[in-house]
Amino acid sequence: MVTTRWMRAARAGLAGAVLGTAILAGGGPATLAQDANACEPAGGVQLPEAVDGKFNVAMVLIGPHDDGGWSQAHYEGLLHVCEYLPETHIAYVELVPEGPDAEQVFRSLARKGFDFIIGTSFGYMDPMATVAEEFPDSTFLHLTGFKSNGRNFGNFFGAMEDYKYLAGMLAGSRAKMDGETKLGYMATFPIPEELRLGNAMMLGIKETCPECTMDIRFINTWHDPVKERDGAASLFDAGAHVVFTGADTPANAIVAQERGKWAVTYDHPSSCTLDSCLTAPYWIWGPEYLRIAQQVKDGTYTAGYEYFDADSMAMGLYGFEEGQELQPGVAELPAEDIQLVRDTLEKMRNGEFTRFDVFAGPIMDNQGNVVLAEGERLDQSDLDQFPPGAPGAECDPCMYWWADGITAELP
Amino acid sequence: MSLEVLLAAGVASGTVLLLAALGEILTERSGILNLGVEGMLFVGALAGFKVGLETGNPWLGLVAAVLAGTALALLHAFVTVRLGADQTVSGLALTLLGTGVAMVLGEGLAGGGTGALLPTLTIPLLSAIPFLGPVLFTDQSIMVYVGLLLVPLCWWWVERTRPGLHLRAVGENPTAADALGVNVIRTRVIYTALGGALVGLAGATITMAISPGWNANQTTSGQGWIAVGLVIFARWSPWRALLGAWLIATIRRLALDLQGPDEILGIPNVFHLYQPATFFLDMLPYLLVILVVVLGSREAIRRRLGAPAALGVPWHRGERGL
Repeated sequence: MVTTRWMRAARAGLAGAVLGTAILAGGGPATLAQDANACEPAGGVQLPEAVDGKFNVAMVLIGPHDDGGWSQAHYEGLLHVCEYLPETHIAYVELVPEGPDAEQVFRSLARKGFDFIIGTSFGYMDPMATVAEEFPDSTFLHLTGFKSNGRNFGNFFGAMEDYKYLAGMLAGSRAKMDGETKLGYMATFPIPEELRLGNAMMLGIKETCPECTMDIRFINTWHDPVKERDGAASLFDAGAHVVFTGADTPANAIVAQERGKWAVTYDHPSSCTLDSCLTAPYWIWGPEYLRIAQQVKDGTYTAGYEYFDADSMAMGLYGFEEGQELQPGVAELPAEDIQLVRDTLEKMRNGEFTRFDVFAGPIMDNQGNVVLAEGERLDQSDLDQFPPGAPGAECDPCMYWWADGITAELP
Repeated sequence: MSLEVLLAAGVASGTVLLLAALGEILTERSGILNLGVEGMLFVGALAGFKVGLETGNPWLGLVAAVLAGTALALLHAFVTVRLGADQTVSGLALTLLGTGVAMVLGEGLAGGGTGALLPTLTIPLLSAIPFLGPVLFTDQSIMVYVGLLLVPLCWWWVERTRPGLHLRAVGENPTAADALGVNVIRTRVIYTALGGALVGLAGATITMAISPGWNANQTTSGQGWIAVGLVIFARWSPWRALLGAWLIATIRRLALDLQGPDEILGIPNVFHLYQPATFFLDMLPYLLVILVVVLGSREAIRRRLGAPAALGVPWHRGERGL
């Protein structure tokens, strides 16, 4: 076949068209959406634009906004802000990987004129800190980290350990009732947050099942449904009767359902639809986001490190909140265990039982050492740091221990 | 930690890699390099999940996945076989296209639950075989058995039949094959399409059997790329692809299981004592892929590995052949 000029042109054109379509169809990792008026989710493939004359709020998500977990909980918080704060324009960017990509996204949003930018994953912290210095007119709120510049970059998180502790009580009760004393926790990364939550679960489990133990798998990801599934299967195959997840999706409940075992999911109430799910400690970000957005709009926001407890009502325990019914696996549990959870939950909501009561002595670690003696409590710096802690906020004993009953070594 | 349980899990999740690698082997044996495996895997995963979810029938989902994979592969065939464009560029564009199309059409499905599921089966008699029974034939997805049957079938077809001989001839020396009356263009288009069909099937295996549900950009976990590397690792042989797929999938699961026991065979377990060591196990499949792709990119080494001689080279009748 003789190659003509026409054919060369056609070839180049077609290859270009295929490549072009591919890029337009979303070759990049991020899809974007916004809606100026109705606070309705809308899909799009462009970076969202800010709207002149409105208060512009943008959110950056690590997963899809409809993941039924972590990202969806934040996304609903964003909708809440739009609904209750007049003259607000909201936008979100999803599936943004942690690291340099995230920095580009934050910079673009700030350049487009967003007034309030929320980043919802641990690894966004340093990118946000950098961009916040470049754009003093925008306010940046980072979740799950610890840094702040005291001006326009603050940090924000809540005491999920309160609710993981309650979930631990339910899981321990279930294990004891079924005569299976081994539980499992699928942790994400070896960071203080994951050790804190794991220890809170174990302390809760001990309340209802003193003889129970808990095995641990680190899966080294926040959001990878395939790996989450493997991690849960690994724990169940090793004999776990109830598996907790620290990651974003209900993969552990799906695997539990297949095997006739139990799971405790996380982040969002819709993660706990399967009968295998006992409960889900979850987030209700809306009211807290609204409060901070209002402050940012009014110019009264003080950037710092905010940490809320259960009395903020920004968290929930699936099955125990208004309008919810107990999951079938919980409804069968001994009445006194359920009552214990209800009573403790009530105290938490009233501010009478906080994270410092969860981590109150006596606490033993799994090496037989005393972490906290009777009557002692951990400080905030102990809760969220590995030793020796940040300069000026040194901690002792810090969050580098596994509670008695955990059958894993420290990471 | 039980070896049988570990291997059974490896066999199950390795099926995705196996089906995708078999498809790519057939395509490459005809001399066409298709780097769009990841894209085809995505559209197959989405088409299977979406059709399965909407009709409630996993078999219709499988058909849709096969058609979607085939359609994308035919685009590659048109651009590379008919127009003779660069196969690497077209394949990479196909990955972007397939991924992008699946993301757009999959918008809103991420919270959609597990959808229709392909059945799991225990094969009578075979499941009673010691060791092999529990590993291969007990409570496995039907796609595991499909994969197990396709391996000997592919081998027999390529190595022992007349159409298989034509296929190999086209991949080794298209000009000679053409002179002997083999339709080179048609052969290449057919095997590119067949490759796409198998990769589509692999995609549906993810979303309807191995990791049920649609998980947006995380659905395939980059397994399309591992499958491309696996083809070189397997040196274009279905049997070695089977071993490679099982090996990689088993290592993936082993990285998790190894965190459990405090000692293995009486030796203190470093992965239990020092969890970050498992990061290295996580890397192994990818290191393997990088290694074989680097090796495979050297012409001399590729020849020695047994790559089809005309792989990646456009062919037109009348132009000087190889």
